[in-house]
Amino acid sequence: MTGVRASSRLLPGAQPRLHLQDGPIDIILLADGEADAVDAAYRAASQSFAFILDELCAELPLLRAAAGPGRPWPGGPIARRMRAAVEPMARFGFITPMAAVAGAVAEEVLAAMLEEAPLLRAAVNNGGDIALHLAPGETIRIGMVAKPELGSVDLFGSLVIGHADGVRGLATSGRHGRSFSLGIADAVTVLGRTAAAADAAATVIANAVDLPGHPGIHRCPARALQPDSDLGDTTVTREVAALTAAEIDAALTRGLLRAEDLRAEGLIIGAALHLQGVTRTLANPAEGASPCLTSNCASAC
Amino acid sequence: MADPLATVRCDACPVMCNIRPGLTGACDRYANSAGELVRVDPLVLLESTLAQGGPLVAFQSEPDWDGRLVRGADTFVTAIGAGTTYPDYKPAPFIVSTEVDGVDMVTVVTEGVFSYCGVKVKIDTDRHLGAERALVRAQGEPVGHVTTGEYGSQMLSLGGVGHLTGGTKKEGRVTCETLLALSNAQAVELTIDDGATVIVQAGAAPIVNGVAETKMRVGCGSATIGIFAPQWLGKVDEVVVVDDHITGVLSEHQAGKLLDIPPTGIRMRGRRSTPGRYFQVAHPGTGWGGTDISDPLSILDPFDPKHARPGLRMLMVSTTGEHSAYYELDEALRPVARPFPSVLTDSVARISENCEPALCSVVFIGGAGGSLRAGVTDNPVRLTQSVSHGVTRLTCGGAPVYLWPGGGITFMVDVTRLPENAFGYVPTPALVAPIEFTMPLAQYAAMGGYMDHVRPAASLDPAAPHRRLSAAPDNPWPLTPLIAP
Repeated sequence: MTGVRASSRLLPGAQPRLHLQDGPIDIILLADGEADAVDAAYRAASQSFAFILDELCAELPLLRAAAGPGRPWPGGPIARRMRAAVEPMARFGFITPMAAVAGAVAEEVLAAMLEEAPLLRAAVNNGGDIALHLAPGETIRIGMVAKPELGSVDLFGSLVIGHADGVRGLATSGRHGRSFSLGIADAVTVLGRTAAAADAAATVIANAVDLPGHPGIHRCPARALQPDSDLGDTTVTREVAALTAAEIDAALTRGLLRAEDLRAEGLIIGAALHLQGVTRTLANPAEGASPCLTSNCASAC
Repeated sequence: MADPLATVRCDACPVMCNIRPGLTGACDRYANSAGELVRVDPLVLLESTLAQGGPLVAFQSEPDWDGRLVRGADTFVTAIGAGTTYPDYKPAPFIVSTEVDGVDMVTVVTEGVFSYCGVKVKIDTDRHLGAERALVRAQGEPVGHVTTGEYGSQMLSLGGVGHLTGGTKKEGRVTCETLLALSNAQAVELTIDDGATVIVQAGAAPIVNGVAETKMRVGCGSATIGIFAPQWLGKVDEVVVVDDHITGVLSEHQAGKLLDIPPTGIRMRGRRSTPGRYFQVAHPGTGWGGTDISDPLSILDPFDPKHARPGLRMLMVSTTGEHSAYYELDEALRPVARPFPSVLTDSVARISENCEPALCSVVFIGGAGGSLRAGVTDNPVRLTQSVSHGVTRLTCGGAPVYLWPGGGITFMVDVTRLPENAFGYVPTPALVAPIEFTMPLAQYAAMGGYMDHVRPAASLDPAAPHRRLSAAPDNPWPLTPLIAP
């Protein structure tokens, strides 16, 4: 049972999906398993969802404040998950727990479903940040959008994630979404062990895809656009002029270096970086526009 | 007048965004338009379907269609997404004229803000949900009450100005949220004082204390006897249809007498109303036939040896056929459960088959006779008169309404006939419902309408955010004039 502000409705189809919406949160989720289990899982998702926005808003000032060693921790379980996900990213510069909000909320809803019912597969997609559950032997295929900057739904490839890959979270960050980016990437998609970790990592990798001082990049303080933005006076990217191939390569390389660091520390499993039509992936940087994010999914693609 | 450069604070959800002019909040659903908080939900246009008999303009017949938002009389501009004006005396956001069969029609559309509104909820169940006048609560707050039962359904009356504005701030907010969700055909959990917890959603089966209701009862116990008596003749000696309201007994009932069914010596508990019809055989509950019993024999007293005989066959069944049991009297004239005979299976299945699916229906009721009329005309009583005389058609999101007789403009609308998510709210608290008044242009001029604000529907900006929907085929086409010009 959802609260009354939050809305919860079943999207019809051969395999019905659930749409949850409350304030700025929009989730589409899919559970796969016995009919009774799916039913119970959808009920549990609606129930847990009703309280999420209120829980987060109760601690909003703290969630919008810089994270890092010595700073106070929030109390709510989702908020703590957000904070834990951004903690290792604080060394790259200013970051707040809000960088992991979408992934952390997706994880919370996924956890509520799994607590209630055994499922073969589940995917909770919170605005592109996806928390996954895969029982042993199960796989899930995730479509990837070619030009996120155009809002199109042309798929340029799909990605198959299997139980054994260890990937349970997938997140995309860039300068076209609802939240601001410090960098110029159109989209950075990250595969991680959790959705919150992938969300935080996608944010810092997208921030790293940049050409500091380039005259074709228009930036302004986040606060000028959104007075409440957690980014405050930090400058965020508004417009990016057409770049040369060398410039695109240089910007993507900066992002890849950061992604390599994160993978070496075990914080992410894979990443794909998109800028003005060029795609580079972590595993096979030389290959250009490969739809595959990691070498271990290459066979499945 | 708002300062067009001011940041506005949105209170639609607890994020409470401050929004700069020209930008949207975190949800992309609310925006700051020149210092005013506006909903950016798109305007909803309904397109008529053949079944409605509305004037049709096919795409193909207009090869030179120029991309206008509204092509002609086959498109109706609803008030959903139209926004509202405050204060009320400003003309409504859209006063649109469309030519229909040679008559200039005007539709005045506005999203009306209703502090005086509520919903009536009909719940198809014979299970006891709560006593008449018991409080109905959502999230612990009183939002309405159980009202008089007019048929084999339970009726709730929710909202109204008393709960919206007359109680605590929390009561008003929860009432508003409950009405909004029910009106937008979403599920809401309601608890009734000293009664049941029920999940209600327009167009869906009620869920009473965690159990989804499937069937409406075929009628009261007495009516069930009246319908099925001939089908039991010769197959069984006695039938008791257990019902919380009126339990029926075949051998005593007029229907049984006419079939010459002899007395069986059965003795019922409860209060006999007329022959074969008993009130209050048990307490209300969620067991057999809306009573609290699980053993139907508990409503019987010992059989009268004057008429009873060993071997007498008796069927006991509930008004939905959901519960049934078969008994025979032993030597001591005590009913003993026996395997259910196949000759009776059909009649129980027939009861079940005659029960319609149990649904919840939600009817929104609001008074549009207040200040929103001032957005239509500078002489509001003329609008009231025009509506009550059937000259002006009142629709709610394009759906037909029932107009209450008497003063004011009090209307009711079945929420399932509106496009989805047609209702909104303001934190006052009050509901925002789409309201359209449609009338011939000449009538609009005569009632003191804002003629200088009327614009042809075809001139609406095609770039305005909008959503095209097919009109619900069983709704009458709103642009058809109510009276001959």
